[in-house]
Amino acid sequence: MDSAIRAIDCDVHPMVPGMRALTPYMDAFWADQVAERGITSLDPQSFPPNVPKTIRADWRDAKGRGADRVELLQDQAMARLGADRAILNPLYGVQLVFNEDMARAFTRALNDWTRAEWLDRDDRLRASIVLPMHSAEQAVEEIERLAPDRRFVQVLALVMGEVPLGRRQWWPVYEACLRHGLPFGIHAGSSYRHPQTSVGWTSWYLEEYAANQQGFQSTLASLITEGALTKFPDLRVVLLESGVTWLPAFLWRLQKVWKGVRFEVPWVDRPPAELVRDQVRLTVQPLDAPPEAVERILEHLRSDEMLLWASDWPHWQFEGDAAVPPGLPEALLPKLMRENPLATYPRLREGEVA
Amino acid sequence: MNVIQPLGHAGKPPAATLGLVDVDIHPRANSLEAFRPWLSTRWWDYLKTYGIRARHGFPAGQPPFPKAQPLASRKDAWPPGGGTPASDLDFLRHQLLDNYGVDVGVLNPLQPSGQGDRNNAFSAAMAHAVNEWQLEAWLRKEPRLRGSVVVPYEDGAASAAEIRKRAGDPNFCQVLMMSRTSEPAGNPRYWPIYEAAAEVGLPVAFHAFGYSGWAMTNGGWPSFYIEEVSEHATSCQNQVISLVVEGVFERIPNLKVILIECGFAWLPSVAWRLDAHWRTLKDEVPHLRRAPSEQIREHIWVSTQPMEEPERGQHLLDTMGWIGWDRILFASDYPHWDFDDPRQALPGFIPAERRRDIFGGNARALYGF
Repeated sequence: MDSAIRAIDCDVHPMVPGMRALTPYMDAFWADQVAERGITSLDPQSFPPNVPKTIRADWRDAKGRGADRVELLQDQAMARLGADRAILNPLYGVQLVFNEDMARAFTRALNDWTRAEWLDRDDRLRASIVLPMHSAEQAVEEIERLAPDRRFVQVLALVMGEVPLGRRQWWPVYEACLRHGLPFGIHAGSSYRHPQTSVGWTSWYLEEYAANQQGFQSTLASLITEGALTKFPDLRVVLLESGVTWLPAFLWRLQKVWKGVRFEVPWVDRPPAELVRDQVRLTVQPLDAPPEAVERILEHLRSDEMLLWASDWPHWQFEGDAAVPPGLPEALLPKLMRENPLATYPRLREGEVA
Repeated sequence: MNVIQPLGHAGKPPAATLGLVDVDIHPRANSLEAFRPWLSTRWWDYLKTYGIRARHGFPAGQPPFPKAQPLASRKDAWPPGGGTPASDLDFLRHQLLDNYGVDVGVLNPLQPSGQGDRNNAFSAAMAHAVNEWQLEAWLRKEPRLRGSVVVPYEDGAASAAEIRKRAGDPNFCQVLMMSRTSEPAGNPRYWPIYEAAAEVGLPVAFHAFGYSGWAMTNGGWPSFYIEEVSEHATSCQNQVISLVVEGVFERIPNLKVILIECGFAWLPSVAWRLDAHWRTLKDEVPHLRRAPSEQIREHIWVSTQPMEEPERGQHLLDTMGWIGWDRILFASDYPHWDFDDPRQALPGFIPAERRRDIFGGNARALYGF
C-alpha cells in the first residue's frame, strides 16, 4: 500500500470485552443494575464473537477474543495497512436494549468508554457517536452531549432498527447532524425489532449477514421517498459494511418506479440516483464483487466520489494485508483512501488544518 | 411503464415479437361467485362471512398500501362489455394474445386466490377452486394459455397434494407461490412443495406479492406504495438467499425456480455476496458443497417486467450477461398499469438473437412448450 496516500480507514470496530468494562462509565444506579441483574455481555447476534467473520483468526488472542485494546488496532491494522487515521464504529449491543432508560445509560457509557479507552490513547483515532435510537430526543441529546469533542466525526445507527430512518420522526437527528458537521453513519446490524428479512427470521448466520444488503436498500428507499435527502441536501449519509454491488440495481429499480408513481411523493423532485450520488457514501469492505466485475460495477455507480476505504478490522473480509479489494484500479486509490473521506467528514478536514 | 401503443392493425404481424411467450398474465374473476362451483358449502359460507384474511389489517379488496390506480390496472384494460380487467377471455384475446401475437401465455392468478390466507384449511380449499376455475374459464377454452398450480403454500403437505392432483395435466406449466411467504422460502416447512413440483416436472414460480405478516423491511414498516413496490426486490432477494443457504437446490437437484415480476438486476449482486461470505462461513453451512453463484446460475430463471432501467444501456447488458442470457423470460404483466408492451419493452441495444431467446426461446426450453 502506498503510504504517501496517508489513508483514512473509515470503519474499524473496537470490541467491548464485557459489561464490566462499561460500568465505570455509568452512574451508581446503572452500575448497580448491571451487577445486581447479572448483565454480563451485550455482544449482538449480528456479530457473535466466536463466528469466524467477526474476528479474523490471526487477530484473536489465546482466549479467542480480540479488538479490545487500542494496541491491537495500532499493530494489526494501522501499522500493517498503512492507515494515517481511523474511525471507530463500536457495535456493542446497546441499541438492542428494550428499556429506553437502560439503553440511554448503556449508550452513554459505550461512547464514554470509546473516548477514554481509545481516543485518549491515540490521537490518530476518531469515532462515531453511537446513538440511542428509542427516540429522536434521546439521539439528539447524545449528539449535543458529545459533539463539542471534535474527535467525534460521525453519528452511528444500525441499518435494521425499529422504524425506517427516513421517517419524519428522525428529522431532528439530521438537523443536529447538520448543526455539528456530522455525517449520519448507518452500519450493518440489527436491533432485532424485526426479523432480518421481510419474510421472517433466518435460520443461518450466513443468511443473516447477507440480509444486511436488503436492509441498506430499504433504508435508502426510506431516506429518499420520505424526503429526508431532499429536505437536507447538505446531509451526508455513510453506509458502513454495507457491501457495494447492490447499489446500482437498487437505483435502477427505484428510479423507474419513481417515474411511474412519483405523484405519491412529490417532494422527491430529483431523480433518486442523483440524490444518492450527491449525498450517500459507502465503505468498500466488503465490496462483494469478483475482481473481474469490479470495474464494471464502478462504472455502474457513475461516480468516483462515493466509495470510502475501510479495513473493517477486526472482521474477516480479506487475507493478510490485502485491505484494498482486488480489482479496484490503482488510479482510484488516492480518492478512495483519502480525498473522499476528507470530503465526506468535515471534522477530518479540521484535522488537516491543525 | 411503457407508453401503451394503439392496437395493431389486423393482419399485420408484429414482427418483433414472433414466437412470443408471455410468462405473466393475471386473469381475474368478476366476483367470488366464479369459484363457488368448486367450494364446499362450508367454505363458501365461510368465505361469504369472514372473507379473505391475509396477514394485514384490511379484508379482501383493500390493500394496506393503496395502489396507484383501481386494481393496479391499465385504464384501457377494462373490458368494453363490463367486468374487471382480464376477466373477459374474448377481450384478453383481442387486446393481448392476438394483438401481440402471443404464442403461449402463462396465467398467474393473484386475487382472490386464498394464497397466504391466515386460515390454512380455507387457503387449500380456495387454491383448489382457483385451479378448477382456470381450467374451466380459461385453459380449456383457449389453447394458447397455460395455468399455474395455485398452492396454499403456508401448508406444505396440502400444497404437495394439490400439485400431485395436477401431475401430467398439460394445462398447467408451473407451481405458483407469492414472494412474501410467512417464513423464508428455504425453510423446511416449504420443502414438500419443491419436492412435489420436482417430482411432477413443474418449475416453481415466485410471483412478487403477498403479505408475510412481517414488516416489509427488516428495519420496520415503510410508508408508501412506491416503497412497497421497491421492496418486492428485497423480499425476493431474501427468498433466493434462503433457498440457497438452506440447501434446497443441493437437496432437490432438478428443482427449477422462476422469479416473476421481481426484477432481476439485483441477482448477480446477491450471488456475489453469498459467494464472498460463504467463503468465511463455510463451517456453518457444510451442506453447501457448491458455490452459491453456481447454484443460482443453474436453478433460477428471471422474468423481464418490471425491467430495471439503468441510466446507461450498456449497464443492462452487463447485468443480463452476468445472470445468463438463457435465464431471462419475457413477461408483460397484463393487465396491470406497468404492463410491458413487447414491441418496445426490450431496449433496442439488446442483440437480435438475445431478443429472440428472451421473447420465447428461453421459455420454450424451460417449460418444454
